[in-house]
Amino acid sequence: MMLRVKDLTVARGGLPVLAGVSFSVDAGQAVMLRGPNGSGKTTLLRTIARLQDPVAGQIECDPDQVAYAAHSDGLKSMLSARENLRFWADVYGGGDVEAALEAFELSRLAERMAAHLSAGQRRRLGLARLLVVKRPIWILDEPTVSLDEASVALFANGVKAHLATGGLALIATHLDLGFAAERFDVSAYRATAEAVGLGASDEAFL
Amino acid sequence: MRALLLRDLILAIRAGGGFGLGLAFFLIVVVLVPFSVGPAPELLSRIAAGALWLGALLACLLSLDRILALDWEDGTLDLLATSPLPLEAALAIKALAHWLTTALPLVVAAPLFGVLLNLPAPGFFWLTVSLLVGTPALSIIGAFGAALTVGLKRGGLLLSLLVVPLYVPTLIFGAEVARRGAEGLDATGPLAMLGGITAGTIALMPFASAAVLRMALK
Amino acid sequence: MSIWEYANPVKFLRLSERVLPALWVISFACLAIGLIWGFFFTPDDFRQGSTVKIIYLHVPSALMAINAWFMMLVASLIWLIRRHHVSALAAKAAAPVGIAMTLIALITGAVWGQPMWGTWWVWDPRLTSFLILFLFYIGYVALWSAVDDPDSAADLTSMLCIVGSVFAVLSRYAVNFWNQGLHQGASLSLDKETNVANVFYHPLLFSIAGFVCLFLALVLYRTGTEIRRRRMRALMAREVRHA
Repeated sequence: MMLRVKDLTVARGGLPVLAGVSFSVDAGQAVMLRGPNGSGKTTLLRTIARLQDPVAGQIECDPDQVAYAAHSDGLKSMLSARENLRFWADVYGGGDVEAALEAFELSRLAERMAAHLSAGQRRRLGLARLLVVKRPIWILDEPTVSLDEASVALFANGVKAHLATGGLALIATHLDLGFAAERFDVSAYRATAEAVGLGASDEAFL
Repeated sequence: MRALLLRDLILAIRAGGGFGLGLAFFLIVVVLVPFSVGPAPELLSRIAAGALWLGALLACLLSLDRILALDWEDGTLDLLATSPLPLEAALAIKALAHWLTTALPLVVAAPLFGVLLNLPAPGFFWLTVSLLVGTPALSIIGAFGAALTVGLKRGGLLLSLLVVPLYVPTLIFGAEVARRGAEGLDATGPLAMLGGITAGTIALMPFASAAVLRMALK
Repeated sequence: MSIWEYANPVKFLRLSERVLPALWVISFACLAIGLIWGFFFTPDDFRQGSTVKIIYLHVPSALMAINAWFMMLVASLIWLIRRHHVSALAAKAAAPVGIAMTLIALITGAVWGQPMWGTWWVWDPRLTSFLILFLFYIGYVALWSAVDDPDSAADLTSMLCIVGSVFAVLSRYAVNFWNQGLHQGASLSLDKETNVANVFYHPLLFSIAGFVCLFLALVLYRTGTEIRRRRMRALMAREVRHA
């Protein structure tokens, strides 16, 4: 199990934001994506998760092995925490909902409607979803937003456990999660304004 | 797939408005008809079948943006798109959920409202049959419109504008079945056409809707 | 040398700039000949009097209203299959022209219908179909203007155009069926093509040719505008990123 990206160019709104991105993540490894706001981290992650097409380059990973989590958690406020997880577990073919609730210390809140959870609790519930979908490649966009220190530690433990079982993770975050992880700064791959020939949709008009 | 259907049904029940709003709107349209054309019973009984079909169609149209808009806002659509469930199936299921929560209550209520409009006796059976056969097409075409306008700022009004022309064949054949039934004529011809349209849209539209949704999510 | 060379916006612009003047001249010449000949140098119809002469506006605009949609369908398919931007922009450019043609056809039809049938509007299958076509055009244009990103707007409108075409054909049959149910046959509609006598026929050909050239010229011109607009957008985007 590995994720390899070769010479990838990704575009946002018809303009390339990152060009020539190459890296690989092996099983049991986590890579932290760094870069200032607007540098294209989200676009890169969405492209790797196959939510949008790359402009150029290759992504070597089975899309059926990817679990993607972004700013919005896909939680329904009219469903309880347990029902929310149950749904995703069913869609992905059954993970252990109770264990996931336990891992993020949500068991006590399991019956509560997601609408009545705090922002941090919702975030934890969103991350608990990763445990029930049972996919080895985690692609996470700013997973630690609105988490307090204790919750970040919970999340870090979750990632460590995932890596220990042979999973891998690609995480865009500004926090230091407190475990050994390679860093990958995307700002080195910024597509320059002069760069033409990357295949962006506007280029034909220049 | 079952999980998605169950979830949509539970959400519709808990959020309220799923069954209620569409039905209430249908009732309002039906009540407004005599106010606008006058209370003469023979006139009402002549236009009852058509007016009921129009009311059901409008009530259906009103609730279309609920099919996808909420799931778009909270990011569920992104997650569904990366899940093992094909988007085609997801959209077909969501259209089915819309039909069960919105259209089916309309079908059940239509004969009751028919009393208000003095619908002739043979019309009750044919009205129910035509709505039962025709409304699935409304839901599944509506899902296509919802996919086209997902994430747009003024999506609601645009959605109606895009979907209404696509509803024309269904409305024509559906209302024709009900009208012929009410007049005691043979209605099997248009009923067959209506069934054909419904079967065709169920078979093909989920693919078009999924293609559109993939484009819209980019 | 393949036709796809002109999928490049710059080459397309260069070609259209060379072709356009000739197209304008031909279209106005044909229109002038067709309309003047038709209006002033053909006899009045024995049954319809001089009202028949609106045929020189009505028939060509109705033809182009349908052909414009067909052109948009072909352009949409080319965009979805080959991803040529010019194709998508040509479809976008053709829609308002198609709306104009549909409106001309509807209005001239009403003006013709008033003295002929004694009413401005009947729910004749043909008239109704054009009204539905008009709704399709409006939805198409509205969708273009509602989506910000030009590429996804092109994607979505192309899909709408394809699905809409299927439903437009369905509606045509549905409307035929529906009207027979009401009116017992289309005794009010005139079968223009077979009824037109030779005297009326030749100026009509000129008028149709004029409308075709006018449509082509307008679409080429408007496509050029859309290409320049996209070019401006691309240049400005580069500028912003450069700063």
